Order: sequence, then structure tokens, then C-alpha cells
Amino acid sequence: MNIINIEHITKIYKVGLEEVHALRDVSLRIDKNEYVAIMGPSGSGKSTLMNMLGCLDTPTSGKYEFKGVSVSEMTDNELAKIRNKEIGFVFQTFNLLARSDAVHNVELPLIYAGIPTAERRERAIQALIDVGLKDRLHHKPNELSGGQRQRVAIARALVTNPSIILADEPTGNLDSKTGEEIMGLFHEIHEKGNTIILVTHEEYIAEHAARIVRLKDGLIESDERVERRYIPKIKTTVAQ
Amino acid sequence: MRIILFEFKEGMMIALRAIASNKIRAMLTMLGIFIGVTVVVTMSTAIKGIDNSFQQGISSLGSDVLYIDKWAWFSNVEWWKMRNRRNITMDEFEKFKNLAKLPVAVAPVINTVQTVKYQERRVENVFINGSNADYVKTTNFSFSEGRFYSEIESSGSRQVAVIGSEIAKKLFPNISALDKTIKIGGENFRIVGVLAEQGSFILGPWNPDNQIYVPIGTIFKNFASNRWRSITINVRAAGPAMVEETKAEAEGIMRKVRGLSYDQENDFSINQQEGLQENYNSVVGVIQIAGLFITGLSLFVGAIGIMNIMFVSVKERTKEIGLRKAIGAKRRTILAQFLLESSVICLVGGLAGLIAAVILSMLINQFIPTSIQIGSVILGIGISLITGIVSGIAPAYTAAKMDPVEALRYE
Ligand SMILES: Nc1ncnc2c1ncn2[C@@H]1O[C@H](COP(=O)(O)OP(=O)(O)O)[C@@H](O)[C@H]1O
Ligand SMILES: [Mg+2]
Repeated sequence: MNIINIEHITKIYKVGLEEVHALRDVSLRIDKNEYVAIMGPSGSGKSTLMNMLGCLDTPTSGKYEFKGVSVSEMTDNELAKIRNKEIGFVFQTFNLLARSDAVHNVELPLIYAGIPTAERRERAIQALIDVGLKDRLHHKPNELSGGQRQRVAIARALVTNPSIILADEPTGNLDSKTGEEIMGLFHEIHEKGNTIILVTHEEYIAEHAARIVRLKDGLIESDERVERRYIPKIKTTVAQ
Repeated sequence: MRIILFEFKEGMMIALRAIASNKIRAMLTMLGIFIGVTVVVTMSTAIKGIDNSFQQGISSLGSDVLYIDKWAWFSNVEWWKMRNRRNITMDEFEKFKNLAKLPVAVAPVINTVQTVKYQERRVENVFINGSNADYVKTTNFSFSEGRFYSEIESSGSRQVAVIGSEIAKKLFPNISALDKTIKIGGENFRIVGVLAEQGSFILGPWNPDNQIYVPIGTIFKNFASNRWRSITINVRAAGPAMVEETKAEAEGIMRKVRGLSYDQENDFSINQQEGLQENYNSVVGVIQIAGLFITGLSLFVGAIGIMNIMFVSVKERTKEIGLRKAIGAKRRTILAQFLLESSVICLVGGLAGLIAAVILSMLINQFIPTSIQIGSVILGIGISLITGIVSGIAPAYTAAKMDPVEALRYE
């Protein structure tokens, strides 16, 4: 069963009198436990598509069904609920709360899900252990390295057990070695049965995925299954 | 219901975190509310105290007593004109007394300020009130010990004294004052009576509790300079209904005694407690309006300040708001977060203001007996809450309706 089904989606931004066609005509189906990389040059509409998939934004026209339910007709509150329960975001700039420690950052989505304090603490700590940050539970973002920050963000995305993980250039702010480690973590997450959609413009990052969708000028240029690059088994719980 | 409580609790935690992470700013923001609440609560407490004292004090004066004086208490007669008036003399008093039919009591009064001593104890700057035995009938005095001086004692200018309750407390803290001999300005006086507490703090040295009453002759005899001063004639009417008539009679008699012709204006004034009340009301009115103005202004400035800072805070945290929305915060959750933040800031400022007001009220209490009214506490808290909500609503709404994508792109 597919989780995501979009058909003939367009997105037009109005900038003054000019119209920017960020997405022209995009159709895409993504099944459970897929690992998709979205590639394309800067300005090709990758982020716009991601925001659409993540129910952060609604298309100008076209159909979007998430798990068989039409998203275009949803109210603001329903969208918020879907984002909270079904989607885990990972951003290029981490977007952690600067003055809160790792545990609080990770438990944030659970607060909005209405989970009681004790349970969400426990789940947040478990998620942090899962991404290998057992020793960094009460560190604030500025006390963590870039890779560790992104791990906190990934833990935050995973903690609600979402249907899909959306990562928009998650390694864009990291050096290549740390980027590889984060990709190793995504690999593990995928192995556990999660669905991952990843935006990148770097081939060696995209090679981790099983399917590459290439965008250009708001159109899908190609969509193909690929041979996955060999991933060295990184034991994330010890890797720092 | 459970969900609302949960959201309230979590929103509160988020707001508290935000405030804690920028304490200095929060404190500066609170300043306006702090000042506003301090002023409004202290003012209402002080006015309450002044009012109590004044009403008590004025009732000890008696509403049916007229005071014939060289000076008008409240009037538009020029000061220099009154200055040039003839002094009212004891001779005029005697004539007045013989002619007046309506009053129930007429008494001449002169005051001097002296130091009073009993053994090692002393009280400085005591008002010594000289009069005759009828004086007590122009007051509402009651006695805790002894009596007022008699007709014989006053006409004989005996060295006897009646002391106010405060004086008694200061000179005789542990023993009875009756029949003790005190020194007034160096002269011996025997105490024949002690007044019960009259409780009119607002009158200060004019408060009967702080005064001493002696026969008027003893003042002229012992403190000779007073012989050339103007006296006051206290006239008590036979009840409030008779005040106007008694006043008219008194005016006629005084003009006659002084030999004024019909085209000459009065060279004396007839004063009444009523004027005091009116004057008091207008003074308190002015104080209240001024207080209201200051309070209103500081609250307004405070509210604008909070609104401004909340706007800045929302702007600064645009990305955070975007993130919160991306991971599932609803509009109302964001709205609540910022409303709670401004409310908490205001509430804390208001509570600090209340504490300051309590301290100030205790200081005021040294001069005017008063205490904070529960009403003003509620008022203070109410004002700060309302200010918090009013000044927080616009910034909170701005935050709530942000587009998550735009907010996340914000740099
Ligand atoms: N909020 C917006 N308002 C106007 N134009 C936008 C907005 N967001 C994106 N665009 C435009 O849409 C196009 C696609 O942007 P984006 O999806 O961010 O590209 P990518 O992520 O592939 O670099 C770009 O031309 C960009 O300038
Ligand atoms: Mg992008």
C-alpha cells in the first residue's frame, strides 16, 4: 500500500506581479519502507515538494492523498495533527531549541501529541539512546557537535513513530565524514522498516537510497530504482 | 477538559522556559506593570487610611460648632486683609457671651506650643489649649480618668490641666496620670483629667489626643506673649438644625460688639467643620484623579512595552514557531504559549508590585493607621492579568497565524 500518492501537483508562488512555478506537474507514489532520494539543482523545487509531502504546505492544484486520505481538504488543525503523528522532519539547519537540552528537544512533538510527562521523557531518552546519544541527554545544542545535533533532530523525528521521515538536505551543514555517519544512521532506520524521503544534491549521498527522483524546473526528470551503494555497518550507538 | 488542562500546563511550562531564558528582558518588561500596581494599591490603601482618620477626626470636632476667628479657614479673602483685621480679645468674648442667646456653649480659645515634662519624660511641641469650663461642651470629649477643669478653676486661673490620651501614654506609660504634677513650659500644672482616645490622626498636633487643656487665664499668666494674640470663640449651636440661625446671630453680635457700621464688611470669620469636609473632599478628589492618571499612564506605557517586547520576541523566534508548527503545534497552542508568556510576565510584575505596596503600606501605617484592602489586592492582580492578555493578544495572534514554511525559511 502506498503512503504517499500525489497526482499532477503544481505550486505557484506569487512574488509581486510575477508568478514562480516551483512545481509544474509532479506525480509520485511512495510505498511503505521505501528509501527515496530527491535530487536536482538548486531552485528545482525539491524543498517545495518536501513541504508539500510533509503537509506543511498545500498545492496550488493537484491531488495529494496521504494514506488514502485527501490532504487538500484538511483544516489547519488536521494538518498539524498529521504532521505530529505521521511525519518526522529532519532539517538541514537542525532547528533545535537553543536553550533546551537534548531530552526536551526530542520530547517536544510528544508534548503536542498530548503524551503525559513521564512517558514522553522515557520515550525521548530511548530515542536518544537509539541514535547513539546516551551520554548527551542533558546537553544543550551549543554543547554538541553538528553531527550530534543532527542526531538529536533525527531522534526528535523518530520519537513519535511516524509513517515517513522527511529529511531536507540533512547532511548539508555537515562535513563529509559526519555526513556519512548520519547516512549510516538513516540506513539503520530504514532497515528497521521506516520510510525515508531524503533531499540532497550530492550523488554520493543519494547513492544510499534505493530510488532516486530527479527534479528540474519543477518537473520530474527521472524516477528510477538504483543499485544501493555498499554501506559499512556503523554501530551508531558507539560512533560519535 | 483534561486536554485543556494539559495544554494549559504545557503552555505554561513553555512560557516559563521562555521567560527564564531571558530574565533581564522579562524584568524590564515587568517594570511598567510593577509601578502601576504599586501605585494603585498603595494609593487606595493610603486614601482609605486618610479617609478613616479624617472622618474620625472631623466627628470629634462636632458638626454643630462654629469657630469665630480672625482667620478664615477657607475663603477667597486676601491674606493681607485678614492679617490687618483686629484681634479678637477676651473682652469681646465676654460681651459676645452676654449677648448670645442661641448657643448652648461659648468658649474662648487660645493655643500655645510648649514642652511638657514629667520627671525624666518629656514631650516637645505640645499644643496647649487654653479655654474655660464651657469648652468641653463645644467638643465630644469623653474621659478615661478624672474630669474637665471646673468653672471655679478656670475663672480662678488655677494651674490645672486635662491631657490627651497620647500625652498620657508618653508621660505616664505605666501609672495613672491623675493628680500628678507636670511641667508645661516650666510651670507646674496638676492633672485633673485624662481624655479617652479620640483617634483623629489626620489632625496631627490638632488631634485632641496630642493636646493639653488648661484654663485660658493660665496661658496669659504664664506665657505672657499670648496676651496680644487673637483668640478664637467656639460656639456650639443647639444641634445641627440650629447652626444657620446661631451663625446669623453670632455674626450680628460680633458686628455689634465691634461697632461695625452697615457698609463695613466683617473683620472676622465664622468657620465650620463643613468647610473642612468640602475642602477635604476636593483634595482627596484631586489626589484620586492624579493617582488614577499616574496608574493609567504607567499601565498604558507598561502594556505598550510588553506588546513591543512580545512582538520582538515573536519575530526573534519565528524559526522556533515554524519548527513547533512543523512538529505538530496547532494555532491555538502557539497562541496560548505567547499569551501565557505575557500574562505570566505581567502577573509576576503585578505580584512584585503588590509586595512593594505591602511594604509601602507598612511605612504609611507609621503615620496613618491603615492596611491593604483585599479589594485592592484583587484589583492589582486583575489589572496585571488583563494587561498581560490585552498586550499579548496581538503578538500571540501574529505568531499563531504564521505560515510554517515561511517561518522555517526565516533567517
Ligand atoms: N515562499 C516562496 N515565495 C516565492 N518563491 C518561492 C518560495 N519558496 C520557493 N520559491 C521559489 O520556488 C522555486 C523552488 O524553490 P525550492 O523548492 O526551495 O528549491 P530547492 O529546494 O530545490 O532549492 C525557487 O525558484 C524559489 O525561488
Ligand atoms: Mg531546498
